[in-house]
Amino acid sequence: MTIDWQPSCSLELLQLRAAVLHTARMYFYEQKVLEVETPILCHSIGTDPYLDFFRTDFEEKPLYLQTSPEFSMKRLLAGGVGSCYQITKSFRQGEVGRYHNPEFTMLEWYRVGFDLSALMKDVEDLLCPLLHNTGFNGPVERWAYVDVFQKYTSLNPLQFSLPAYLAVAERFNCFDAYQLCGEDHSLWLDFLFSLCVQNELGKKGVCMIYNYPACLPSLARLNKENNLLSERVEIFVNGIEMGNGYFELADAVEQEMRFEREIDLRKQNKSMVVNKDARFLAALNSGLPDCSGIAIGVDRLLMVLSGKEKIADVLAFSIENA
Amino acid sequence: MARYSTSEFKAGMKIMMDSDPCAIIENEFVKPGKGQAFNRVKIRNLKNGRVIERTFKSGESVEAADVIDLDMQYLYSDGEFYHFMDPESFEQYQADESAVADSKLWLKDQDMCILTLWNNAPISVTPPNFVELTVAETDPGLKGDTSGGGGKPATMETGAVVRVPLFVQIGELLKIDTRTGEYVSRAKV
Repeated sequence: MTIDWQPSCSLELLQLRAAVLHTARMYFYEQKVLEVETPILCHSIGTDPYLDFFRTDFEEKPLYLQTSPEFSMKRLLAGGVGSCYQITKSFRQGEVGRYHNPEFTMLEWYRVGFDLSALMKDVEDLLCPLLHNTGFNGPVERWAYVDVFQKYTSLNPLQFSLPAYLAVAERFNCFDAYQLCGEDHSLWLDFLFSLCVQNELGKKGVCMIYNYPACLPSLARLNKENNLLSERVEIFVNGIEMGNGYFELADAVEQEMRFEREIDLRKQNKSMVVNKDARFLAALNSGLPDCSGIAIGVDRLLMVLSGKEKIADVLAFSIENA
Repeated sequence: MARYSTSEFKAGMKIMMDSDPCAIIENEFVKPGKGQAFNRVKIRNLKNGRVIERTFKSGESVEAADVIDLDMQYLYSDGEFYHFMDPESFEQYQADESAVADSKLWLKDQDMCILTLWNNAPISVTPPNFVELTVAETDPGLKGDTSGGGGKPATMETGAVVRVPLFVQIGELLKIDTRTGEYVSRAKV
């Protein structure tokens, strides 16, 4: 037996990673956005119904490896830090595949005073110079979720109709959709989006999808004009989801209600039990400045920049031989 | 019976699907945004060889299939069943026509092959990649033609029909690639 001690990726990829991180740091330095560090091990964890986490113990109390630095960074924002960014490892249980490693690098930032549209411009200014010498240097596309969903499925994502949704799944050769999604509207949206829409996005450059249906889980504000939509954006390049951003919800009461809904949903799904993060809620209560924030998956960005097919090809050591 | 969670899925794993034993060919983990994750899986039905695609909610589990591949010696056919023997335990197995299917064209007495057992009963037979078979019937060859261009059909001792070079004669022993059904060379006797 030979022991697989060698790095998963090439030296060039390590150099590319260093260069990308340097570029990001330079960008935020010039923008006067402060680099911060927050704990990876925290006493609480998010309630996202579809995120699983790693748990460990300290002095007989549970600690959680953070699935993103969001709550800690928002506590800094409530504490008055101003616009800030962080490059950190995040951890998600059970996520492994071509585009997933349970431990991955996240570039997350918050811009005080930015709405969603200003944040999208910010993402463009950071990503486009990086993509300049790749096949993804075409013009940045911005699509409302409703429009892009309609374009590829001819369905209205805000209105659930089982027969119409089933017919589209079958048109895409998927005959087990009903067993999977039942009559759960948001499950259907996730399923059809990944089956029919996602692969088509960002074939020539950055593609931004904004105004997600409000029924999908998020920490975004609702749209002022249409409360069926949330102020959320997702970034795609070459069919790969690169990032997820919000015009951040600052209303502590609304946030607590969403936590409770998600905790119920986790119970229904028999997922691990979590509690509301009281410190995060207290921070919102004391006042989160109006801000927008986003997290970009650095490893996936490296996949796009290098043309690699698997996330393991851009990691020093993937979960297989970590 | 054991169960596999979607997080354990990998190529080669044997699972039960629609009451048939299947092998996973490809497994892709798909996670849209903050939503439910799925595993999109390509599966081969081990009984009929058909490939299907299925999607699972990540975290679901499926029943494992009690399927094993064993090296076996092919003994003989009695017209209804094909008989195989485990060369170590000398235990014998009989496979029916549907399990042997097209592999029967490559089965020669005493040759080793892989017998796939589901719940201890044969469901398929995989012949070796290369077999050596005698030509039972073919048109007379042209003298002096060693080019191999063109070729002609030849029926082998097992009934398989293989395209062979013109110089090949009845009674010759040939090496055949069973995966493509193509002639490779004359076999050294």
